[in-house]
Amino acid sequence: MSISLNLNGQTHEVDAEPGTPLLWVIRDELKLTGTKFGCGVAACGACTVHLDGEPVRSCQTFIEDVEGAEITTIEKMAEDTVGAAVQQAWLELDVVQCGYCQSGQIMNAVGLLRENAKPSAEEVDDYMHGNACRCATYQRIRAGVLRASEILEA
Amino acid sequence: MTANLSRRGFLKSAAAAVAVLYVGANTKGAMAASNSADAMLNHFVKITADGRAVALCKHVEFGQGSATGLTTLIAEELGVTMEQIDYEFAPSNPAIYNNLLFGPFQGTGGSTAIANSFTQYRTAGAAAREMLISAAAKEWDVDAGALDIVEGVITGAGKSAPMGEFVAAAGEMEVPAEPRLRDASEWKIIGNAQTRRLDSPIKVNGQAQFAMDVHLDNQMVVMVRRTPQRGGTVVAFDDSASKEVKGFIMAQALPTGHGVAVYAENTWAAMQARNALEIEWDFSAAETRSSQEIKDEILAALNAEPTYNVNKADRTAVKTTVDGAATVLEKTFYFPLLAHAPMEPLNCTIEQTAEGDIVLHDGAQMPTGPHMAYQQIFELPAEKIQIKSMLAGGSFGRRATPDADYQVEAALAFIMTDRSRPVKLVWDREDDIRGGYYRPAAGHKVRVGLDETGAIIGWDHQVAGQSIMKGTPFEAFAVHDGVDHSSVEGIADSPYTIPGQALGLTDTEKATSVLWWRSVGHTHTAYVMEVMMDLAAKTSGKDAVDYRLDYLTGEGDAARKAGVLKLAAEKAGWGSAPAGHAKGIAVHKSFGSYVATVVEVSGNVDDGIVIEKVTAAVDCGIALNPDTVIAQAEGAIGYGIGHAMRDQITLDGGAVEQSNFPDYEPLRISDIKAIETHIVASAEAPTGMGEPGTPPSAPALANAIAALSTDAEHVAELPMSANGVEFA
Repeated sequence: MSISLNLNGQTHEVDAEPGTPLLWVIRDELKLTGTKFGCGVAACGACTVHLDGEPVRSCQTFIEDVEGAEITTIEKMAEDTVGAAVQQAWLELDVVQCGYCQSGQIMNAVGLLRENAKPSAEEVDDYMHGNACRCATYQRIRAGVLRASEILEA
Repeated sequence: MTANLSRRGFLKSAAAAVAVLYVGANTKGAMAASNSADAMLNHFVKITADGRAVALCKHVEFGQGSATGLTTLIAEELGVTMEQIDYEFAPSNPAIYNNLLFGPFQGTGGSTAIANSFTQYRTAGAAAREMLISAAAKEWDVDAGALDIVEGVITGAGKSAPMGEFVAAAGEMEVPAEPRLRDASEWKIIGNAQTRRLDSPIKVNGQAQFAMDVHLDNQMVVMVRRTPQRGGTVVAFDDSASKEVKGFIMAQALPTGHGVAVYAENTWAAMQARNALEIEWDFSAAETRSSQEIKDEILAALNAEPTYNVNKADRTAVKTTVDGAATVLEKTFYFPLLAHAPMEPLNCTIEQTAEGDIVLHDGAQMPTGPHMAYQQIFELPAEKIQIKSMLAGGSFGRRATPDADYQVEAALAFIMTDRSRPVKLVWDREDDIRGGYYRPAAGHKVRVGLDETGAIIGWDHQVAGQSIMKGTPFEAFAVHDGVDHSSVEGIADSPYTIPGQALGLTDTEKATSVLWWRSVGHTHTAYVMEVMMDLAAKTSGKDAVDYRLDYLTGEGDAARKAGVLKLAAEKAGWGSAPAGHAKGIAVHKSFGSYVATVVEVSGNVDDGIVIEKVTAAVDCGIALNPDTVIAQAEGAIGYGIGHAMRDQITLDGGAVEQSNFPDYEPLRISDIKAIETHIVASAEAPTGMGEPGTPPSAPALANAIAALSTDAEHVAELPMSANGVEFA
């Protein structure tokens, strides 16, 4: 089927079978590789994108359900006020190690800060629980979200 | 520029600001420099005429910070800031880019990236600096000794100019055989905690390119359905349902018989077409054992006489001493198989160029492995095979298999095509968990005899498990007198002075492929050593730190181990804990580095343990990039604790039971509330930090849980969650 996707502010016509995860359209068809494949079962968060501003796992979001929605990926975050603050905090604290999960971590963190501009450490842990990092950069992810909150407040 | 330019012609073009200076080792290993394009394969340092420097990194970057570390060494010696230098990954060439601790083999592992490169990369940077300075001194007619390069500017003797202006002339200078290395007092970047990772910017904006992100024109995606039991082979398969999947191209049994490769136009089509395959397997020669059978075999070996007397002790005498001791502590430990599960599932892409070269795009941890294998598979000389090293999304050992497993699999899939289309091999998470090369299962039985004062008088230590090194090309290197050192490392070479120790080892049969897993043998030996030391202290009514210090009285090794132990205790406020909290400590040396860890917990094993805080002290010699050292400690602690909490790979009828993160649950952000790391100031040569944080983390947790109450016990079998410990 042919589907019109609104992704990062642009319209893309893509040909994909119903049931195709949004992740594979983004990666294989649109060649935007910042969104990562980690588990395929929504258990790691590496594939997190925004659907109408809300974080979703693109490996379990199907193409037929996103027509008309506004899809945003990591590649667009620098232009987003909250996204840019999170990226700045990530750089200040050198959060990343291998970096493979970090697009998803950042997309989820932006979702949290949009909902809750001043989260506590515990609220960060609750919201970020589903985003796995096998390098275990969690201390810095937590600190990074709190730092981004400060940057946004300033 | 082309290779047949005359020297004069080349220099002319160099003067036109396209000059590039390469400094590095030539194929004979000597330092050499060239400004011809042909020298591109032989360098560690590249400087362009606009004054930018580029470090050529011979080690993979999979999160441990090697790219930043190696670049730091070049920048420091050359005299540029980290903003004036870039990094690139070196091509595969073991004659030049070998790991100096691995022999003629290019590869990353054993926490050696900085340790083996520290002098080599500084020397390359210093040679480049001296050649640029010589060129400037000649032009300015001043003494080279009066010049230095500071932030990319050659300066001194009243003169100053950007180093880029001397790139072409520097190429004409003799390469200094022994360039002067900057004294530690001159260092501005080495040891500077403000240095940031060079790969952070591209890893926060989606631009970082991992092997999984390779999209070559016209590429096919291949996924393989592998035998669920080790040793199973394909008898026949039916791909009629796969043919219904849009984008399916073909299916072929691999020549090894261990699986069927499905070729498709894209990843999703490959996944669906693979799921639709029907395969008939021959399991007659396949592994059929369960985890319980493997465990029973290991535990039985612990109660028999060991195959190898590792330390040549008189075990009969040791046993007699232990039996006659005032107190005898006896404990049997068991450690399950573990998967590495790096975030980026295994993958690589192969293409053939118009010239017939084979190009592999890979997050290559040991490029020499696939490079050698490909010479056989493709019947090509080494120079016709190129390996393009990409960023790797973690490894923890998995990307470094002695048989180059996934790269060979990709090559086998590729040779069954007409080679007109690149082949990208993709594993999914289920492949990763089930097709693993696992941390081998291991068992230990330890009997420790204490005298009336609580002092150790005898220590009978038996180890049984599956050898990692035997049957691999590393056997000659790592196995001596039958003993695979990786099975007993951390015991056999412990800095503790333990009187009357016997150490025995028995190898058991491998039910799966086994492999080094972040910190290798230390993953289990540190746990056993540190839990037994803790138990001995507790039984004797002594403080766990003071007790250990009694066995760390020597100089060197023992003193450094004692140093981190004391620092961690001091920083963690050892000796007191808030009501309802308890602290446990462990200390271990591995890969030349010393790490002590204090874990503070609350709660109880029935209602849930909470890990409140982890405090670590690290001595890794000179901390090249201190913030990276701290980050590696944090990550290694999380890796060790997460698996000890709740992970294991189990077999049923020879098949792995787990499949993905829901049943091989990673450490999560809420599992450890805080980690604090302290570095011991040191002038010793740098050692590794990728792994040494892992070994003491899990025993410190076990010791903390055992300290929660007088009747709390040290968990002896992992994972803890399957052995009586709930986590909140």
